[in-house]
Amino acid sequence: MNPRNNKDCRKQQKDNQVEDNRCGRREFLKKAAKVAALGSAAMVTGGAAGWKVSGEEVRLRWEEYLKGYYRLMTQKEKDETVRRLERLAKLKRGVDIQMSNKEPVEGVLFGYAFNVTRCEGFMECVDACVKENNLDRKSHTQYIRIFEMEHGQMLPEQGNGKYYHEVPVPNHYYMGVQCFHCENAPCVKACPTKATWQEPDGIVVVDYDWCIGCRYCMAACPYWGRRFNWNEPDVPNKEMTKKQHYLGNRMRSRGQMEKCTFCIQRSREGKLPACVDACPTGARVFGNLLDPKSEIRFVLKHKKVYRLKEDLGTDPKFWYFID
Amino acid sequence: MVQEKAIIKTSSVKSLITFVKDIIYWNLSGGIGYQLYLCFLAAFMMFGIYAYMVQFNLGLSATNMSNIVSWGLYISNFTFLVGVAAAAVMLILPAYIFKDKDLYKVVIVGEVVAIGALVMCLMFVFVDLGGPLNAWHLIPGIGFFNWPSSLLTWDIIVLNGYLALNLLIPGYIVYCHYRNREPDPRKYRPFIFISIFWAFGIHLVTAFLYQGLPARPFWNNPLMGPRFLASAFAAGPALMAVVLIIINAVSEFKVEKQTFNKLRLIMVVSAIINLIMLFSEIFKEFYFPTHHSLPAVYLFFGLKGHNTLVPWIWSAIGMNLLGTLILAFNPGRNHPKVLFPACILLFLGIWIEKGIGLIVPGLVPSPMGEVIDYAPSWVEIGITLGVFSLGIFVVSVLLKPALIIEKRFEVEQGT
Repeated sequence: MNPRNNKDCRKQQKDNQVEDNRCGRREFLKKAAKVAALGSAAMVTGGAAGWKVSGEEVRLRWEEYLKGYYRLMTQKEKDETVRRLERLAKLKRGVDIQMSNKEPVEGVLFGYAFNVTRCEGFMECVDACVKENNLDRKSHTQYIRIFEMEHGQMLPEQGNGKYYHEVPVPNHYYMGVQCFHCENAPCVKACPTKATWQEPDGIVVVDYDWCIGCRYCMAACPYWGRRFNWNEPDVPNKEMTKKQHYLGNRMRSRGQMEKCTFCIQRSREGKLPACVDACPTGARVFGNLLDPKSEIRFVLKHKKVYRLKEDLGTDPKFWYFID
Repeated sequence: MVQEKAIIKTSSVKSLITFVKDIIYWNLSGGIGYQLYLCFLAAFMMFGIYAYMVQFNLGLSATNMSNIVSWGLYISNFTFLVGVAAAAVMLILPAYIFKDKDLYKVVIVGEVVAIGALVMCLMFVFVDLGGPLNAWHLIPGIGFFNWPSSLLTWDIIVLNGYLALNLLIPGYIVYCHYRNREPDPRKYRPFIFISIFWAFGIHLVTAFLYQGLPARPFWNNPLMGPRFLASAFAAGPALMAVVLIIINAVSEFKVEKQTFNKLRLIMVVSAIINLIMLFSEIFKEFYFPTHHSLPAVYLFFGLKGHNTLVPWIWSAIGMNLLGTLILAFNPGRNHPKVLFPACILLFLGIWIEKGIGLIVPGLVPSPMGEVIDYAPSWVEIGITLGVFSLGIFVVSVLLKPALIIEKRFEVEQGT
């Protein structure tokens, strides 16, 4: 089951070659007993980290594994799972995180607008997003992508999403894409366990622990807005954002789907998403669509706005606009 | 030899317990060739389990799938095998409803092949899951089943239901034959009718899984469902013919030439309809190519220098055409030496076309226009081989006792 077990054993065997074969049966039996006790927990939470775990951790992992669907939990259960996850982060990685499960604020519907005239393609937003949302550094996951477009091009698929040179390039413009938080989201419709859904404030979220990893939502998304954890995501403790939300930037595991959540851990606290905060040119506008005095409403009213793939009827809450 | 022994060995009391015992006994008591064959399959299954353990430990990064090609070899095989399972209806319908004697004699083969195909389908979906331990989230009651919104939940229902039907009906009939009784049609005929509609259902629902995604223009095509059926009704009987030829060669159970001819006709008609629909699709993509034709360009000619699929799809079309022509003109007069390779050609052609040739171009170019190549990793190939061996194993261990019982029943009824 566990490769580490074997490796340790082999190493020891080399050291003790002349003496007795201590790494033989007794050692094996001892470890096998450990496997029986802890292997189950390791399996539940996914293998590799399952060795020197305390009884408390085993119990917490089992409770996490057997917990229900987030939307059907009572407030008490939601609080309990958040406490468990905080404690597990401490036990597993030795980090103190603060996890929230703040519910949507009434009278709020989030919307986003992107100024294609202003964006110069610096990708500060991408960096900020990766840090804020604890995205996997190993596979270079990023929610936001910036496309360099020539004039006359309209769709990001025609542009260059892999540019690596000094920006801005004359006669080009830049276009950022991420999850558009569609009102009529094909991913929500597709998910067989409803592990992804739209919150009342318009944010399309994923209950990471409820996701079974079938990736049907990924096939259903016309905007390539979703990312899958093909490997165990890796974020160094030092770089980890400790202020987390259950539906937002908490650590994911391999085999789970994830996506942009408009930085739910920030936006529900009344702050701007990290990408909006980080943008040096002010190309990104975020706010409450239900508030007539918000900046986003001003943009929608006074600028020439458009959305991507309007013909699909997905009704995104993400507009592009031209100054 | 073994069969004869089995025929002689008749215990006086026959119950469900002796039924199960005899099934196990007959499987363990085959000749050395049969035992070696089972061991060979078991070896592949073990390799598959090993590969799956690697994938379980590393996550799906052990595969060559990515955020762009997010479904690969597993889902390709799943899609194709649903068709093979559905094709059992091509034997069930004439055998039970039109009371065709030749096909009635071999309908058990179709049903067992369907069981094997369904086991493989469910396994392929399972090994494709990123969180296999969370699969219980799908169970209504303790989990959350997003029905009727998600087509995937529909597929789970129809596949499991069809598996149950295909275990139930032949299980009952064979058990009655085992006890040397005529099965009571009133008990099983209603299920036959359900299973006929269900067979069309499983393949249409699987097609709708893809067809219902406007995000993927290559799949979002109303012809998908009917084409799935046509290709399935060609590939399925082709596989059944292959199995029958093998049974004919290695067992006492003899199949009439007449039966092969009927299977051949089913294949030819379906394959021709399939080719017409393929032509219609190709016409639409290439007469006036639009932005939505890029996946087809990628599949048939390659795009931006990425052309891994090109040799595959052209050989698939070649095999399809050649197989169909051989079966249509029937130069060997249903002789197995000609029929066997022709069926294999047709089967492989449709396997490529309905498998990798359908899934990967649906995902490439990505909605953001990226084009990449996909080739399965050794882990994917290992697991796939393991699942295939499991399917063949299931078919073998079910078919062997079933045929012994049928043969014995025939003898006893005759005397």
